[in-house]
Amino acid sequence: MSNAPVDHGRRRFLTIATSVVGGVGAVGVAVPFIASWNPSERAKQAGAAVSADISKLEDGQLIRVEWRGRPVWIVKRTEEMLSQLADTENRLRDPGSAEPQQPTYAQNRHRSIKPEIFVAVGICTHLGCSPTYLPTDFAAQIEGIRSGFFCPCHGSRFDMAGRVFQNVPAPTNLVIPPYMFIDDNTILIGEDEGAA
Amino acid sequence: MMKKLLSAVALLASSLAMAAGPTIPLDKAPIDLRDKASLQNGAKLYQNYCLGCHQMQYQRYSRTFKDLGIPEDLGMEHLMFTGEKVGDHITNSMPADYAENAFGVLPPDLTNVARVRGANWLYTYLRTFYVDESRPFGVNNKVFPTVGMPHVLQELQGVPYRAHETRLVDGQPTEVYVGIRTDGSGELSAEEYDRAVADLVNYLVYTGEPTKLESHALGTKVLIFIFIFFVLAYFLKKEYWKDVH
Amino acid sequence: MFKNLMSWIEYRLPFMDKMNLHVMQYPAPKNFNFWYFFGSLAILVLVNQILTGIWLTMNYEPSAEGAFASVEYIMRDVDYGWLLRYMHSTGASAFFVVVYLHMLRGMMYGSYQKPRELLWIFGMLIFLVLMAEAFMGYMLPWGQMSYWGAQVIISIFGVIPFIGDDLTLWIRGDYVISGATLNRFFALHVIALPLVLVILVFLHIMALHEVGSNNPDGIDIKRDNDGTVELTEADKKFTFHQYFTRGGKKVIVDAIPFHPYYTVKDLVGVAGFLFIFAFVIFFMPEGGGFFLEPPNFETANPMKTPDHIAPVWYFTPFYAILRAIPDPLFGAAAMFLAIVALALLPWIDRGTVRSVRYRSELHRWNLVFFCISFVALGILGVLPATPTYALLSQIFSFTYFGFFALLWLYSKNEKTKPLPVRLT
Repeated sequence: MSNAPVDHGRRRFLTIATSVVGGVGAVGVAVPFIASWNPSERAKQAGAAVSADISKLEDGQLIRVEWRGRPVWIVKRTEEMLSQLADTENRLRDPGSAEPQQPTYAQNRHRSIKPEIFVAVGICTHLGCSPTYLPTDFAAQIEGIRSGFFCPCHGSRFDMAGRVFQNVPAPTNLVIPPYMFIDDNTILIGEDEGAA
Repeated sequence: MMKKLLSAVALLASSLAMAAGPTIPLDKAPIDLRDKASLQNGAKLYQNYCLGCHQMQYQRYSRTFKDLGIPEDLGMEHLMFTGEKVGDHITNSMPADYAENAFGVLPPDLTNVARVRGANWLYTYLRTFYVDESRPFGVNNKVFPTVGMPHVLQELQGVPYRAHETRLVDGQPTEVYVGIRTDGSGELSAEEYDRAVADLVNYLVYTGEPTKLESHALGTKVLIFIFIFFVLAYFLKKEYWKDVH
Repeated sequence: MFKNLMSWIEYRLPFMDKMNLHVMQYPAPKNFNFWYFFGSLAILVLVNQILTGIWLTMNYEPSAEGAFASVEYIMRDVDYGWLLRYMHSTGASAFFVVVYLHMLRGMMYGSYQKPRELLWIFGMLIFLVLMAEAFMGYMLPWGQMSYWGAQVIISIFGVIPFIGDDLTLWIRGDYVISGATLNRFFALHVIALPLVLVILVFLHIMALHEVGSNNPDGIDIKRDNDGTVELTEADKKFTFHQYFTRGGKKVIVDAIPFHPYYTVKDLVGVAGFLFIFAFVIFFMPEGGGFFLEPPNFETANPMKTPDHIAPVWYFTPFYAILRAIPDPLFGAAAMFLAIVALALLPWIDRGTVRSVRYRSELHRWNLVFFCISFVALGILGVLPATPTYALLSQIFSFTYFGFFALLWLYSKNEKTKPLPVRLT
């Protein structure tokens, strides 16, 4: 038992230094625990971009591609469908695509990179049903418009650019996923030039 | 039930006896996980000579490409043969019952084989096939007697046989086994073949634990950190214990 | 404001008072040596096992079809999954290293003797639950050793007369070890046994704080306050909780508060331990084939036994005793007895001097031979059962039990050295 006076400065310094280093260690230990909640390699591979061959896509035809467990539509719109996009605008909720439901490169009237090729997530923005594609019979839903998408669950209606009509349950336009053209016949869904 | 335990113990004893049975000394495999060229060559050999029968169902192509520094497009062109996606596991499409019929057993998955057998065992095994007409595939193996696998690397090694020399043992001329020789018909020389097998084993060691280098790098930092903490804690303890001593 | 809140809480739940009782004003003998690190280290490892275990269940699949692949998924696809898994698998071995050393400490300094019998019993229960926990955990990766190790250990229950067969069937829930067995072991491993373990650890510490810590001299630090005890200046320096002085009826000598003196000291032990622990995790997670056995990297195959089945290292001393006796029933009984004998130490040892420091030469050597026997049995349990090794196993099993028999015989009238009055 020494009777030398306690060196409080040294004691405080060592206490603080040990606590700080110990605290850093605790944060370090937390890293693997926190990081392990990130999407695993399996999830990333399942959510990876998918490519679709559109060389055989005919005018007016819709094909579905699965991306991250959701249906993605690819539609080759006809001249008539494109021209009718202007006719619907006074009846739409968000004709200018102001809501961020699409990448910036699809924020235009046809909501796509190439006017004729329409790519969208085929999930209704109301409660998640997949709307039905009505290439010729849409007039029964919206007068004077020949083609569009109709959700059978609660009757939401979208035009050929996936824009939602007024007075339906769905609040926003259909989601456009990030995508890019690898060449004229191949679309990569889930990745765009910004990410690559 | 006693019978069951007895049989379990007997099984144990017999299996232990087998494990303790005669085995040949294993050669040391020159493993270097940092040697990317070696690992890439190993991966190429695996895809060409092993994958037909042995899957690697826990390893993804993308992981191999990333860790071995192989660009994805090159990897897809040269190492993927059956049109899988780059994120898929390295599997083959051999039906299990076909394999059982052809080889008597299902060829085991090889993702972890280096952790099960050890690198030295693999390195020696792949270099000690020899001609033995009594076997279904015409070859036998020094470290895995009566193995049910053909010598798939024969086109690289040539036809191997057990070489014997006459030597004096206790004054008597005796035939002594001196190793495996080949007839020289292989694409590779003996040294090149050893190098190729080393590359293949290197790759198998990698797939057994792809995180090993990462683990060593992180581990070094962690140990340095703990050492610093130890020094601080030691002086802190000394400081407080001045009250006691 | 803050002070008011604290006293409001304190009135309803005396948290600060309990902290003082168990940490800040807990009287610990001043002469703890490094053997006293292992108690706090055991708690550290327990916390490690619980945390990494919870995280592993997030990706593990308890089914015969998916278990092995899900472990590989953790090792390869989950960010840092390999680290969490190695922390858990290395932690299992570290737990036994720490606990065995902790038990040896208790044996050296007589920490099981009166009044610490119940404390020792709780410790032995912790050891038993830990063995069950480790055994069931080892089955979960569903590798070859998981499967065949479980096969051998479960068949041990089969030797029990009359009910053995039905008992093993009931434990397995199937005619062979199967997904049903795996599932129930998973439930026990991740919920039931850890819960029991935590409760037992709590009781162990409560029992410890009730009777107080023993020390390397094995003499009491709490004395009757009858005026004969001379207090030094050092004894008057620290304040201890009135609970321990029994309102002045007791005086405490040669003690220091647990905090800060032993918290800072244990911190040094923790750092030293973590250095070795991290080294194994990052550089040799297989532990030379003893922590993770090579055949366990192969998925369980009920049709093919591995060439060499050995239990994980921490079971091998008891496994060697099981194998040493040719008759399976007596072998299993001997193995069970080997653990029971440890639990009965407080009554087998009839001496009153606790620490090996002041006991006879005979006791010292008896203890040394016990340690040698235990380690030798541990080594023999890994080795193949050749006739030589079987004979050695029998000899060391004999010396293992000989320790207890001798102790019982000589401890009654042991020639001990005079005890010091104060801690040295």
